[in-house]
Amino acid sequence: MSRSMRRALLLGAIGFAALAAGGAMRAQTGGDRAALYRPFPLPQGGAAIGPFGAWPAPPAASEGLPRPIAGIGRPVTAQEIAGWDVDVRGDGEGLPPGRGSVKEGEELFVQQCASCHGDFGEGLERWPALIGGRGSLNTDQPRRTVGSFWPYAPPVFDYIRRAMPYATPMSLSNEQAYALTAYVLHLNELLPEDAELDAEKLKSIRMPNRDGFVPEARPDTPDEACMSSCRQGRPVAVTMDSRRFVQPGSGSGFSEPQ
Amino acid sequence: MTELQRPRAASRRGLLKAAAAGTLGAGAATAAEGDPANLPPNTPEWAKALGPGVIEEAYGTRSRHETAVRRYVPWLTQDRQSSVSFTPLAEMHGIITASGLHFERHHGGVPDVVPADWRLMVHGLVERPLQFALEDIKRLPSVSRIHFIECPANGGMEWRGAQMSGVQFTHGMLSCSEWTGVPLKALLGQAGLKPNASWLLVEGGDASLMTRSIPLAKALDDVIVAYGQNGEAVRPQQGYPVRLVVPGWEGNVWIKWLRRIEVGDRPWYHREETRHYTDLMPDGRARKFTFVNEVNSVITAPCPEKPLRGKPGFVEISGLAWSGAGRVTRVDVSVDGGDNWRAAQLQEPVLGKALTRFRVPWEWREGQRAFLQSRAMDETGRVQPTFAALRKARGVESIYHKNAIHTWLLEPDGTVVNVQIDA
Repeated sequence: MSRSMRRALLLGAIGFAALAAGGAMRAQTGGDRAALYRPFPLPQGGAAIGPFGAWPAPPAASEGLPRPIAGIGRPVTAQEIAGWDVDVRGDGEGLPPGRGSVKEGEELFVQQCASCHGDFGEGLERWPALIGGRGSLNTDQPRRTVGSFWPYAPPVFDYIRRAMPYATPMSLSNEQAYALTAYVLHLNELLPEDAELDAEKLKSIRMPNRDGFVPEARPDTPDEACMSSCRQGRPVAVTMDSRRFVQPGSGSGFSEPQ
Repeated sequence: MTELQRPRAASRRGLLKAAAAGTLGAGAATAAEGDPANLPPNTPEWAKALGPGVIEEAYGTRSRHETAVRRYVPWLTQDRQSSVSFTPLAEMHGIITASGLHFERHHGGVPDVVPADWRLMVHGLVERPLQFALEDIKRLPSVSRIHFIECPANGGMEWRGAQMSGVQFTHGMLSCSEWTGVPLKALLGQAGLKPNASWLLVEGGDASLMTRSIPLAKALDDVIVAYGQNGEAVRPQQGYPVRLVVPGWEGNVWIKWLRRIEVGDRPWYHREETRHYTDLMPDGRARKFTFVNEVNSVITAPCPEKPLRGKPGFVEISGLAWSGAGRVTRVDVSVDGGDNWRAAQLQEPVLGKALTRFRVPWEWREGQRAFLQSRAMDETGRVQPTFAALRKARGVESIYHKNAIHTWLLEPDGTVVNVQIDA
């Protein structure tokens, strides 16, 4: 037996001992791991877990709260909140009054959105496509679009109002945001051409991928740490060599705008 | 953001670039030999004249001879406002990332927030809706903690295969800082929680008004509302004046330029937690609320940016390990593609949810071909998986949370190459 082989075996033995001890000391129960990966009680009922009902509060949440220190922070008025509280939840809570039509949306879209997303939401260059991809999610070419992937319709309004148009966010009126939402949904064949959209209508739209999400499911890989002769005699085979694409070094990226 | 590219999409561009470079496998020149006039027995020029005095630079910068910089990858994103830059991990010493080299990930560029005009609103299912100015936040009892932050898309370009040129791009959406601020729990204590509170919406004040939902249990555990980074104010690129620090969790929820916290009774299902930052599985369903960055590690020396050309003999293999679940307890290193492993030395202090530096001494024989790997374990017993195990569990389309054992091929001439092997 060569010296290096002996050393490898010795190190292996030490490693296994350490692993066994570590495993005994450190292995967590399923409950601990669930709390680590999913520190949120799921709603009861077994139906699709989503935004349509309240989620349970964590146990004893308020007990750990520090007592307030007087004089730090000032009351915020309803008017101040209203200016900043622009979020719309998955179930549509927070949608403002107003309405907009597919037709109005089309006009706005061509003016303010098509330069990136294309006239029909197909996506230009590397800007996101808003249409297509249905039936693609379980293939090796999945395309995540509003129509194929977004589980709920009201967040489309939320995102358009808070973050679009990309270079001039928060510039749309509620009516314009409804109209653009209507047009994007129309492009995805979720609203007819002559439709008008308001809060109630938007809440009623069922997105094709509504049931396409499941809660966190990790840990999902084995906790194995073999220490010696782990390849059992198999020589190492390179399955992918980055030199097909780039030179080793810094060739992937740049420090100056390209 | 624009979708991160897949290897085959990148391949044409990469092949063209490689062809243009012409000399695949050829590397950087060896270190400069220096100017004999400055070397012993001569007195170097800098010892023979006065240098600049104090406050020549009132805010100091590094030596002009240091060149490590953040870099970005043009084909990943359409523009630089909704984009990412990478930390040069091969140039990092210890576990703290220089603030100027901290990776960047923005969704609408960096806002120039005026601190006197900055406000944080806490409202929703609270007893007392409140608004805080920066001096309010700084009056509350503070904490400092060292934590890594990692974009969950770190390494996401390599689910299908090795295509990036070095560790800056395979693992560089990763940084570690000392963060100082107020426990989020303290702010929630100021406002008081309603009994049915279970989730929070946290919102940034940038041009994307970036939002994420966070479960209340995490908010009450170790989340920090931070104004300090490495001894000074949080950098603009990191969320000046105030950002969220969510230890161990994906960088996307560490909302920068924080402006609003709404307490609610369910998650919001916004764009950045449905369309993005969900993990698509082979069956076409996607996992949601996958927050934890699991145990991970990478060798930063040698690496493609730090080849061994012409330097046989003693080599200190060194790298970084981290886990969003807690402390790193062990890192094993292999030089034979995972056949045999030995435990590396961990640099103290080993901190929970912080980068951990590991080192192992090695003798590299000139002409020896080696496959260098590291494999980390954390205090919950999780072990960094092989690519094969990860792909078996999740396929290749989930983009996020790739924490596979990484392989550098060390060629006989000392070149180091990003490769993937059959395990």
